[in-house]
Amino acid sequence: MQPIYQAFAADNPWSQILPEIAMVVLALALLMYDLFLKGERNRSGSIAIIGQLLIFCTLVMEGGRGEPGIHFGGLLENSPIGNFGRAFFVGCSILTSVLACTYLKRRLLARSEFHHITIIIAAAFMLLVQSHHFVLLFVALETATVGFYILVSYSRQSPLSLEAGLKYLILGALSSTILLFGSVLIYGAVGAGTNGLDAMNFSKIGGFVSMNQGDTLLRAGFLMIMAGLLFKVGALPFQIWIPDVYQGAPTPVTAYLSVASKSAGLLVMLQLLTGPFAAFQAFVTPLLSLIAILTIFFGNMSALSQRNVKRMLGLSGVAHAGYMLLGVIAAFHAPEMATKALFFYLVSYLLASYAVFGVMTWHAGKDDADQDLRSYIDFGEKQPVLSFILVVGLASLAGIPPLGGFIGKMLLFMAAYKAGLSTLLILAVVGVTISIYYYFGWMQEATFYFWKLKPEDEEKQKELEAKYPKPLCAGFVCTLVILTVATIAVGFFQGLIPVL
Amino acid sequence: MYPETVLPVAFAIPLLCAFGTLIFRRDIETVKNLAWIGFLLPFVISVYAFLNFHPDETGYAFLSNPVDTGLGQFGIHFQMGLNGISMPLYLLAGVVGLAAGIVAIHSNFKRLQLYLFLMLIMHSGLMGIFASIDIFYFYFFHELALIPTFIMIGIWGTHERQVAAIEMTIYLTLGALISLLGIIGLYVAAGDGASLNMIELKEHLAAHPIGKADQKTIYGLLLFGLGVLVSLFPTYTWAPRGYGAAPTSNAMLHAGVLKKFGMYGLIQVAAPLLPAGADAWSGGLITLALCNVVLIGFVVMAQTDLKQMVGYGSVMHMGYCFLGVATFSVTGIGGAVMLMVAHGMSVALLFLLSNYVQKRTIILDMPQLGGLASRTPVLAACFVAATMASIGLPGFGNFLGEFSIFNALWQHSGWVVALAATGILISAIYGLRAVSKVFFGEPSKRLAEHWEKDAPKDLDTWERVPVFLLLAFMLLIGMKPLLVSDGINAHTKALGYYSHKPGDVTLIAPNVAPVHSSQGIQAAPEHH
Repeated sequence: MQPIYQAFAADNPWSQILPEIAMVVLALALLMYDLFLKGERNRSGSIAIIGQLLIFCTLVMEGGRGEPGIHFGGLLENSPIGNFGRAFFVGCSILTSVLACTYLKRRLLARSEFHHITIIIAAAFMLLVQSHHFVLLFVALETATVGFYILVSYSRQSPLSLEAGLKYLILGALSSTILLFGSVLIYGAVGAGTNGLDAMNFSKIGGFVSMNQGDTLLRAGFLMIMAGLLFKVGALPFQIWIPDVYQGAPTPVTAYLSVASKSAGLLVMLQLLTGPFAAFQAFVTPLLSLIAILTIFFGNMSALSQRNVKRMLGLSGVAHAGYMLLGVIAAFHAPEMATKALFFYLVSYLLASYAVFGVMTWHAGKDDADQDLRSYIDFGEKQPVLSFILVVGLASLAGIPPLGGFIGKMLLFMAAYKAGLSTLLILAVVGVTISIYYYFGWMQEATFYFWKLKPEDEEKQKELEAKYPKPLCAGFVCTLVILTVATIAVGFFQGLIPVL
Repeated sequence: MYPETVLPVAFAIPLLCAFGTLIFRRDIETVKNLAWIGFLLPFVISVYAFLNFHPDETGYAFLSNPVDTGLGQFGIHFQMGLNGISMPLYLLAGVVGLAAGIVAIHSNFKRLQLYLFLMLIMHSGLMGIFASIDIFYFYFFHELALIPTFIMIGIWGTHERQVAAIEMTIYLTLGALISLLGIIGLYVAAGDGASLNMIELKEHLAAHPIGKADQKTIYGLLLFGLGVLVSLFPTYTWAPRGYGAAPTSNAMLHAGVLKKFGMYGLIQVAAPLLPAGADAWSGGLITLALCNVVLIGFVVMAQTDLKQMVGYGSVMHMGYCFLGVATFSVTGIGGAVMLMVAHGMSVALLFLLSNYVQKRTIILDMPQLGGLASRTPVLAACFVAATMASIGLPGFGNFLGEFSIFNALWQHSGWVVALAATGILISAIYGLRAVSKVFFGEPSKRLAEHWEKDAPKDLDTWERVPVFLLLAFMLLIGMKPLLVSDGINAHTKALGYYSHKPGDVTLIAPNVAPVHSSQGIQAAPEHH
């Protein structure tokens, strides 16, 4: 009999999760660095970024992807969705770190800890999209969510940030509970049915679900899990937390929430609905279609009247979640195309969102939560480069050719049409048209108006600027320019995103 | 010259020049020179292509090599080429582009660099639209040309620019998205292995025809989507307001060239590939187009603002093109293409001349104008010529286009012709009234006072160049229509696309019915 540690090593190929381990080591190293080299604290940002860039490079290269299949005794599955998600989340956390450097520089807040939590969240998301077992799924999701509880209320001096943290904590905990309860119900149903072990393994569940589709307990559990995920995605009717939390959270965290957290929910949903719960597709299609359309309309209509751009972007993100849900539904009938379209959409959404949030991070005044549309007046004159970045980012979010966002929307619509969702598409198109109003409204405010402020306001403005200088760091601008160039380039050469 | 690189080069030059203007933005003279290159070379290439146009057996000339930019697996490749229908429109883009470019270069806008940058981007899109063989890129370039329009109206527009820009944006985005759905629908309905390349798609559809119900839905999406872009009744309100607010050179490019995109899409993509769908919608389209001609005709007559009048007039004349498409015959389609080209040039000229009038009078309210003819004879002569062209007097292409359309309509229904012909009367009324009010009679007191301080001068050299350029091409097409119509005719006939009339419901797949050889439009002058 071989020693137990050998058996353990043979079953558990640790090399499969090397990128995740590297992320955690990097996160811990940042804390150590902070502990022992107090004088050099402000370098922690660059260390975090460089370390993550290295991990990102290995992930994007073929070698970092590991072997397809199920590992760790059924806990992990190395799938295309998982591999896409790993690179995607590392990308998100790199960009969050870049934005955070600019954000933290102006405020008296701990730096290393911010990067530490950002990286831990990314690692948790990376495990989440690979999970093949409800235990891992829940643990990974909770790790990420707890990290977000801290990040959302990171700006301790700001009451809005604290309020946002409290709201996110209560609603997030509620949604986690619902998800947990759902998975317990599934465990009960499957465990009783198969009379066997491991009733939380996706393969086991999948086999059981396809045999017992009518089981009430199973259906209830399934719907509860969906509800928990829809909360993460920010879809109706679980979108209620979005405007307040997005507004109060520090802008880099808002970006992280709106891109990474949303995408994580979607990717997990895609995996569950095409994996263990594939048999429920017909059952869930009408419900999910209704949710998608309501989400699109709710997001766009409520964003129309917002004057605070953080709230506006949050609500427009709700609408984006609706479009992506269309992609998830399309994956039931045209899986290959819909998956590709969804991946492309997510990447173009990431590029554009971080560009816009980057500009917002820089633009923020004394209070980060107070980002009024009016404050962007004359932005084009004062900051031509940043306003160009803003315009391209917004246009890409609006889905205007020749930018990446358009290609993403088009591929998504193609997949949805192929899947026979033409009625939904017509409604979605109306939603897109509504969104033009607020995206262009912001662009107008930033670039079209040549209004000058009143003289007394101008003096106040100057005083304010002298008191709170906003230096533009070269690395920060470079990152935003890269995002913008990528958004344009991807519109012309779609093959640049290797998901197609 | 390598024929396969001609069209991509004509597309790339304005784009490169646009980015050049960003690099040299500090030096306004370099920027202007770059803009000259960016407008002049595509013009030269379009004229060269027009003179050397010899289509091969697929009906296309100057075919470039297909390039896969990443969407090849979905049947989308970047490929350019010209056929008999796109060739005249490509020439239109080159000519109006140069004229508008000259106007833009000699305008004294604040931040001219940015303006020229946007104009060059727009022009590059225009040089792409009519040369694209792939339907995806055809749509893509349209949007590329459209976006600068919004920004230009928003920044450099006149009094109502904010409202006009956002109204135009919302209308045109809705139209574009609906037509995108139509294109996607066409792609999906064509089944597996379909390509969006027009040549391949036509062959594919001949082998795998689309069902009638599907054709009807998809054609409907394309018709209403593209219809919004061409201001089909009742979605026309954006046009006069947008053009009224737009800076002149932008209005010239948009009304003259870009607006023709929707019509071109119907003629080149929707009607030939979805014949049964076109058939089903023909009656509805005729009704809406008649509304365009007659109802909007009355609206035009009620206008007192010169620019608004020209804007509404262009909406009205698009109605004739729609009528031509609705007949779905060689004559009707040929007439529509002819009218598109001729109208594109004349409407661009009218917008330009209205701007020159405005420069000299400050006001555009026609009852307050008058007496300009004796002070600026050249401007007056050009304006009269442009008005005559747009009314549809013989000697200009507009006449030939409208005549062919009526000819084709006659075979469909005499009543429609009778109603549509009232449009000619309406055009004559408002056109001649505008000429008389603006150029003849006595100026109002307010205007006379203005002229005492600032006497109006006739057109200077750089104002004359674009005007004469457009006039020369308008006369060329009017006097030698065979130059244009031969190509259109050969293409529409040889490929048997548009060969059935409404009521002839046998067609499901293109290219099946026998070719009716209705009179081609070159026969039109003899009929007269």
